[in-house]
Amino acid sequence: MSSYHWRSQNSSTIDIDVDPNLQTDVLVIGGGPAGTWAAWSAASSGAEVVLVDKGYCGTSGCAAASGNGVWYVPPNPEAREAAMSSREALGGFLSNRDWMQQVLNQTYANVNLLAEWGYPFPVDEEGKPYRRSLQGPEYMRLMRKQIKRAGVTILDNSPALQLLVDAEGAVAGATGVNRQTGKQWVVRANSVIIATGGCAFLSKALGCNVLTGDGYLMAAEAGAEMSGMEFSNAYGISPAFSSVTKTLFYNWATFTYEDGTPIPGAGSQRGRSIIAQTLLTQPVYAILDRATQDMQAHMRKAQPNFFLPFDRAGIDPFSQRFPVTLRLEGTVRGTGGIRIVDSTCAASVPGLYAAGDAATRELICGGFTGGGSHNAAWAISSGYWAGKSAAEYARNLGEWGKQRPVEAVGEAGLTNGSKHQIKAEEVIQATQAEVFPYDRNYFRNAQGLTESLQRLDNLWKEIRSSQAADSQILQVREAAAMVATARWMYSSALERKESRGMHKHQDYPEMDANQQHYLVSGGLDRVWVRSEGLGIKRELVSVSS
Amino acid sequence: MIELVSASRCIQCNICVNVCPTNVFDKVPDAPPTIARQSDCQTCFMCELYCPVDALYVAPQVDPLDSVDEELLKQAELLGSYRRNVGWGRDRTSLAKEDSTHQILKLLK
Ligand SMILES: Cc1cc2nc3c(=O)[nH]c(=O)nc-3n(C[C@H](O)[C@H](O)[C@H](O)COP(=O)(O)OP(=O)(O)OC[C@H]3O[C@@H](n4cnc5c(N)ncnc54)[C@H](O)[C@@H]3O)c2cc1C
Ligand code: SF4
Ligand code: SF4
Repeated sequence: MSSYHWRSQNSSTIDIDVDPNLQTDVLVIGGGPAGTWAAWSAASSGAEVVLVDKGYCGTSGCAAASGNGVWYVPPNPEAREAAMSSREALGGFLSNRDWMQQVLNQTYANVNLLAEWGYPFPVDEEGKPYRRSLQGPEYMRLMRKQIKRAGVTILDNSPALQLLVDAEGAVAGATGVNRQTGKQWVVRANSVIIATGGCAFLSKALGCNVLTGDGYLMAAEAGAEMSGMEFSNAYGISPAFSSVTKTLFYNWATFTYEDGTPIPGAGSQRGRSIIAQTLLTQPVYAILDRATQDMQAHMRKAQPNFFLPFDRAGIDPFSQRFPVTLRLEGTVRGTGGIRIVDSTCAASVPGLYAAGDAATRELICGGFTGGGSHNAAWAISSGYWAGKSAAEYARNLGEWGKQRPVEAVGEAGLTNGSKHQIKAEEVIQATQAEVFPYDRNYFRNAQGLTESLQRLDNLWKEIRSSQAADSQILQVREAAAMVATARWMYSSALERKESRGMHKHQDYPEMDANQQHYLVSGGLDRVWVRSEGLGIKRELVSVSS
Repeated sequence: MIELVSASRCIQCNICVNVCPTNVFDKVPDAPPTIARQSDCQTCFMCELYCPVDALYVAPQVDPLDSVDEELLKQAELLGSYRRNVGWGRDRTSLAKEDSTHQILKLLK
């Protein structure tokens, strides 16, 4: 009954050698902060858990490579109020107080757990522990250790390619490939959590090249919806030659033209669009000349990886100008992702949950980047909730869940039996040409969006009428996921005929009170967008440990 | 991008092959791993951080270099410098303990 063929109509159909073939209560796809918190929480609720990662759980994803400031606010009513109100306007008033409150509570509890587990938090000048910053490699090494202790089975270098669903359409596991052995794996599960991070379109931003929107594509193929995809145009500042898109320290930068004169209005936070505007016609330079000696020493201790590229390229960023660029971080630091339907972090398909950057973060950030603290807090809390809920769903389903007949869904690039072999590399470059340019994605207008969408639709058709060579399966699926993501992004952006949060629509430069709603999107061969009020049904039961 | 696996330092533990998120290295029997897919390198520096003997060098440039000179890198103390800076490795203390983000954010306000 069960079939997991990648090739269903092709004469060369192969029943792939299944190794390993696992059964579990909960399958977690993605091993960044969201995935590891989900795995830990499901395992601590008594579920059997398998976690698969495209790379290596502990080094893969953007948190491991970069590090995170965390929205960690002690339960003091004034501090909490300030934390919640500070970014509501920036986010275009799309965030939700109940969700924020819950995230603040859960993040506080879980970060304190990190301290118990041995994360070496520093102390501040009053000798109190300081818990608002996590150095990536240290954090994720600890999370790996902790989930192994909790009994989670980890499959590294094992990207998921398709979800499995049962006859009713409930999600029941996934299948993928081990990149190092080339063998297919199948994991049958009672419930599945997508924690595959966002999509940065292979822009070379720090730690982001594993983040190609795979989770969105798989979820959509199983019938899930996206939300907030118009808020997916985050760009990070980095030295032009380097991958390090860490932007905090550019608060102490002066941005200049090539000849050294300052660029009026250019800045790290609000002045970033002026940098983008300038980069359209000429190079932009930066120098961190506003950091005092004292500050310089602190900076080195806070973010050692910020200085790596400079030290290695022989540049003193405090006294020498260096060229900068803006790299697209897409939904990694944007706020769009899989739509969450209730406080369990369920997606709109039974058996499927979403957490971290894979899920929409509008609930706590609205339409403005969750980078800098909110995203990390969301990964921790949504991961924790998704893990708890998926474990409970799995428990209710019982043993039958693993025996039910299932089928792999998701066919883009895989199963149409066509002889046409697609060149993933070309599709990827063509997609990047639509989403990288600042005058298309940073600054948007109806004409540009429409033209891009036409070309993206054609790319999608090409993928749908082709089949990947075996050695190219992962790359073709990544390409398909990027095209799908870009189409939801631009379709939503076209629909939001105003400027709100990060979405800057040049034809409609003002915010429009009548559009204070979410934009839900979805679809594969036909992409659709609909608006949805902010008062989504929610029972905010606090899922406590 | 990853530019060097030092044959003289490498102890063939293959940790880098396992931990690289984008599967850049290939194992080689009885020899150091090779950089098999350099163009997939995302310049994340993670392999360097996990290499126990500082045998790897990730250049800061996201595009490949023509060549690197191992001797010069050694003299400039760049082999293993990231690992040293974050305090990973035997007899070192993790720099996370000294993370001074709080001072920075205070000055930002
Ligand atoms: C340079 C940089 C700095 C940042 N700084 C901050 C900050 O200071 N504060 C903050 O709040 N946020 C920050 N962010 C954002 C923050 O890092 C993310 O929000 C957070 O890491 C999200 O966690 P995640 O687990 O959802 O995704 P990730 O950490 O990206 O992990 C996703 C995981 O999924 C895996 N995966 C992907 N596809 C598949 C597949 N098909 N099958 C199996 N596995 C798959 C990946 O290998 C990866 O391990 C920063 C981001 C960047 C890029
Ligand atoms: S991690 Fe270092 S020592 Fe181990 S195989 Fe790789 S280069 Fe060699
Ligand atoms: S820098 Fe990152 S992507 Fe490049 S080889 Fe090392 S671990 Fe792999």
